[in-house]
Amino acid sequence: MEVHSQVIQLLFSGLTIGSIYALIAIGFVIIYNVTGVLNLAQGEFAMFGALISISLINAGLPLWAAVIFSMLIVSVIGALFERTAIHPARKSSVPTLIIITIGCSIAFRGIAILIWGTQPQSLQPFTDNTPIKFLNAVLLPQSIWSIGIAILILFAMIYFFNKTFVGKALTACVVNPFAARLMGINPEKMSLLAISASAGLGALAGIVTSPISGASYDMGMMLGLKAFVAAVVGGLTNAPAAIAGAFVIGILESFTEGLWSSGAKDVVSFSMLLLILFIKPEGLFAKASGKRV
Amino acid sequence: MLKVNNLHTYHGFLHVLKGIDLEVLEGELVAIVGSNGSGKSTLLGTLAGVYLPKEGSIIYKDEEITNDGVQMIVPKGICLVPERRQIFSSITVKDNLLLGAYHRYQKDKKTINKDYEDVVEMFPRLKQMLDRPGGLLSGGEQQMLAIGRGLMAKPKVLMLDEPSLGLAPLIVKDIMMILRKLCDEMGTTIILVEQNLKAALKVADRGCVLAHGKIVVSGTSQELLHNPKVQEAYFGKSSKKTEVPFNTGKKEVRGKKLI
Repeated sequence: MEVHSQVIQLLFSGLTIGSIYALIAIGFVIIYNVTGVLNLAQGEFAMFGALISISLINAGLPLWAAVIFSMLIVSVIGALFERTAIHPARKSSVPTLIIITIGCSIAFRGIAILIWGTQPQSLQPFTDNTPIKFLNAVLLPQSIWSIGIAILILFAMIYFFNKTFVGKALTACVVNPFAARLMGINPEKMSLLAISASAGLGALAGIVTSPISGASYDMGMMLGLKAFVAAVVGGLTNAPAAIAGAFVIGILESFTEGLWSSGAKDVVSFSMLLLILFIKPEGLFAKASGKRV
Repeated sequence: MLKVNNLHTYHGFLHVLKGIDLEVLEGELVAIVGSNGSGKSTLLGTLAGVYLPKEGSIIYKDEEITNDGVQMIVPKGICLVPERRQIFSSITVKDNLLLGAYHRYQKDKKTINKDYEDVVEMFPRLKQMLDRPGGLLSGGEQQMLAIGRGLMAKPKVLMLDEPSLGLAPLIVKDIMMILRKLCDEMGTTIILVEQNLKAALKVADRGCVLAHGKIVVSGTSQELLHNPKVQEAYFGKSSKKTEVPFNTGKKEVRGKKLI
């Protein structure tokens, strides 16, 4: 393979993996902005999404129905998680809340082992997966799905936060929670909304990734951590920047894997996290201070 | 309209309001004045449902609202324009105003647009900057935005916490005129909390002076402006008793004990 086609190939696979991280990273950013909590159980929502959709398809549902139901079920799981784990402890310190989310992620993994066992499962690609030749590189249709969905969600997010009333109210809660309360906006309701919506997005990420890399009870941990790195690279408060961060991490990983060794990709992305935290803790794309969603 | 009986509010262990009795009639503009730390903001916060009182009752239109939280009180028609304006700084002026109508956006979407136009009409200065983020406005404009946002909730009782804070005297005058107009033309009941005694009493029908969590004097604005007790509540009891350590002419040697 020529060098430039290899580069394009690696770029494609980087964008694919980046788009998965992006979907989970958006969830991180929304939850962090609205509630101030770093939800380290975010990756587990992806795992639930993937495994539930596989079970639904095995039960005979068509793909589109399985995707929608699985996202809805995971949103309900997210809502339950907020009501039972985050809401009762909302007055605790932030480290306490983060540890609660870590605890929940371990519990979620345990539940997944009980239901689905430890065997990895796989999902059929969304459409016929014959590779497409493009500039001497090979592109899988499932990759196009994954990148396309991430871009679609990005535009949906921009529309939701800038054009809809609920989105604006959510932003208001982030910008000035006290004034939002005085307008009759209920921040607790908003926190519930944010966490269940992020859980749904996480589920979508899990479903999209399972035809590519399979689904198992422990897939959430790595996905969650990588998405967290992406969110930090983007500065943690800005959704478009987090998506950009996700693509940076994805491309970095795929190039490390292709040009160096696949064992080194985690080293590179976590080194990136440390590097950002040491050098530019406000994120790579941070402008002047001020919160944005 | 609004009746407050023996209201006690605490911040943690701090006993802030120590038995407030207050009655506000419909269509009145009542000023509550007092020095720093007298409990003015806490009183408004308690009326708005931000803080829950430990004792006493608040009755609004023959209905007890003492323990209703702010989310229930706003739809009933009591709205607080908070101290330091607290606008949504990264959101546009237009959306700031519309968010004021949050509690009724599902019920009457149509009237919201009309109310929005009315509010913009009322504050011509905001009209030119509807698409600008609220944080880029000047202090006076932000205050007008905060009042406009409060009005979008369609309150029957509008409460304002120190709208004159940090503003030039001319703008303070403008804002006070707007409040008077709201009261006279739209019949909105207004409770105005101020440190700026003169500006507040000039427009108010009635006033009361708060000191150490209690109402010490109340009466019509004219009475209060000439009442020596008001001075007392503001500056402490007769200034002869308090020793003034500075400006005595002699240089005082301080800190000897430490050496």
